[in-house]
Amino acid sequence: MNPSLPNSFRTGPDERGHFGNFGGRFVAETLMPLILDLEKAYAAAKADPAFQTEMNGYLKDYVGRPSPLYFAERLTEHLGGAKIYLKREELNHTGSHKVNNVLGQIMVARRMGKKRIIAETGAGQHGVATATLCARFGLECVVYMGAVDVARQAPNVFRMEMLGAKVVPVQSGTRTLKDAMNEALRDWVTNVHNTFYCIGTVAGPHPYPMMVRDFQLVIGEETRKQMQEAEGRLPDSLVACIGGGSNAMGLFHPFLDDPSVEIFGVEAAGHGLTQLHAASIAGGRPGVLHGNRTYLLMDDDGQIQDAHSISAGLDYPGIGPEHSWLHQTGRVTYLSATDDEALAAFMLLSRLEGIPPALESAHAIAKVTELAPKRPKDHLMVVNLSGRGDKDIPQITEILKGKKQ
Amino acid sequence: MTTRIDARFAELAKEGRSALVTFLMAGDPDPATSLNIIKALPRAGADIIEIGMPFTDPMADGPSIQAAGLRALKGGMTLRKTLEMVRGFRNEDNATPLVLMGYYNPIYIYGVDKFLIDAKTAGVDGLIIVDLPPEEDDELCIPALKAGLNFIRLATPTTDDKRLPAVLANTSGFVYYVSITGITGAAAADSKVAGDAVARIKRHTKLPVCVGFGIRTPQAARAIAEKANGAVVGTALVDALRDSLDTKGQATTKTVAAVADLVASLAQGVRGAKQAAE
Repeated sequence: MNPSLPNSFRTGPDERGHFGNFGGRFVAETLMPLILDLEKAYAAAKADPAFQTEMNGYLKDYVGRPSPLYFAERLTEHLGGAKIYLKREELNHTGSHKVNNVLGQIMVARRMGKKRIIAETGAGQHGVATATLCARFGLECVVYMGAVDVARQAPNVFRMEMLGAKVVPVQSGTRTLKDAMNEALRDWVTNVHNTFYCIGTVAGPHPYPMMVRDFQLVIGEETRKQMQEAEGRLPDSLVACIGGGSNAMGLFHPFLDDPSVEIFGVEAAGHGLTQLHAASIAGGRPGVLHGNRTYLLMDDDGQIQDAHSISAGLDYPGIGPEHSWLHQTGRVTYLSATDDEALAAFMLLSRLEGIPPALESAHAIAKVTELAPKRPKDHLMVVNLSGRGDKDIPQITEILKGKKQ
Repeated sequence: MTTRIDARFAELAKEGRSALVTFLMAGDPDPATSLNIIKALPRAGADIIEIGMPFTDPMADGPSIQAAGLRALKGGMTLRKTLEMVRGFRNEDNATPLVLMGYYNPIYIYGVDKFLIDAKTAGVDGLIIVDLPPEEDDELCIPALKAGLNFIRLATPTTDDKRLPAVLANTSGFVYYVSITGITGAAAADSKVAGDAVARIKRHTKLPVCVGFGIRTPQAARAIAEKANGAVVGTALVDALRDSLDTKGQATTKTVAAVADLVASLAQGVRGAKQAAE
């Protein structure tokens, strides 16, 4: 055992928002007072039993939790190894795990008296969840989305607009998720007095990585209980896809201090790790962007590089700081899956289980097809099915048409 | 220890006037033109020169300065070349204070210790790093002060009296008051509001206070110069530079003059201020 390893992997971050050397609060002075206010407001909410009770009510009756832990019998048979369970986050209202976090943040925003909500979105899942809850609570909603993503995730754009949100296509930079986040930060710095920035993943300045993680813990906590009910013990391994890493963090965190549980995060390897990709841990190194120190894709001058993934939700050149720390300590193993592997996994799960996964989640399924056959039949493997694939059907149809030609 | 910034503000105090602080992006639109522009600034009337270090993701900057950074990066600019440019400037001018402004990541990747040595040796006097609030002072601020560089902090309309002492604690050279909540080049600064804010900051510090964001014209520069120790102009200069480029975004024979002429008229505005701030 490495003597520098902590007694617990679950105590971070420290009061300055650091997970080891990662995290922090690298923001413009204009935002700093607001971030300190948010930290206080969140701490007060967390300590208030009424907040938890109210949130649990909405999680149950509005989101539809708990989400099932489903034994994927045909996928298990097909792969011939580990017994595979799917954590069905795609069955949540709005179609992904994103709603867990958005509900929490909107409730904090309401406590802070903020009437205007802004968000960035990649695949549109976070944008849809934010637009949904803003509709529910009567709040103004502006969603920043890279122009490239607006084009490839048309169904979600329509959904957000239908819900009353304003979707702003971002034309700057590479016109994907990182630029949407830049633009959201620019909006926030301008409208700091009335605006709450609802960040969609476990990244950004402290307290966001901690707060978003906390709101996603429900995934892992339910899984723990459900696996106990189904099999009478803990799972042996966990697998989840990672862009910023919120669905993965939600599933992993409650198991970090159980050494018997192997944990795998799956980054997007795009065209392959030697070409354009979005795997910050496999292909990047520590740097500072969007308020935190974390693994980033960049050149020798510290300029951020373009990420690429078939999945808009993973198309980001960074990763949440707590993941960087879990990588550094070795507690979580980070793998990657290519665009082609994700596409194949999308088809496989659709055909075998009748469940089209989001292209993001398909990256996790892709690695399950490699990990499961190498493990015994009594090995219990949980994969987070973080979103549903409906939003990807137009894009996949185009790709398959292209492949036939 | 007196830096070129301290010396310059002492001279200006004797003259009884405020400073014109100019901002341009290093390497915009190409390294050679950029150096020629920087060299022309003191003659045109710039008292303090801020040079932007280009970064792909400038989250506090508006479209003009974003585009300037991308032009510079496309032209092959790097942090190493920015420091070379500073050396080129210092060969001709050893008096005008020079401040590097930008974001932390390129410096972090260059290596903080190496950067501070190289910057000091090249002739840099101060740093303004947008995404390093006092909460992260251990990263660069404290080492920069130890290395003999000024660390110039931004104060904003959201920096209230309770927070000001923390913001001012390790600030040196001058305080840069951001006159609006927003990104560079977005809104016009109201000189009355800015003046009140400068007075508020001056109750907490003896440092000079310069005001920036939203100052575009000689008249606006003059109005600010009557309330603050300096007026910072960035986006207007970057726009003048951009407007002088050809359709491919390359420098023309007019580029250096376009910037220098605007600086000259801004300097006239600043020098025409009725009275400088105490």
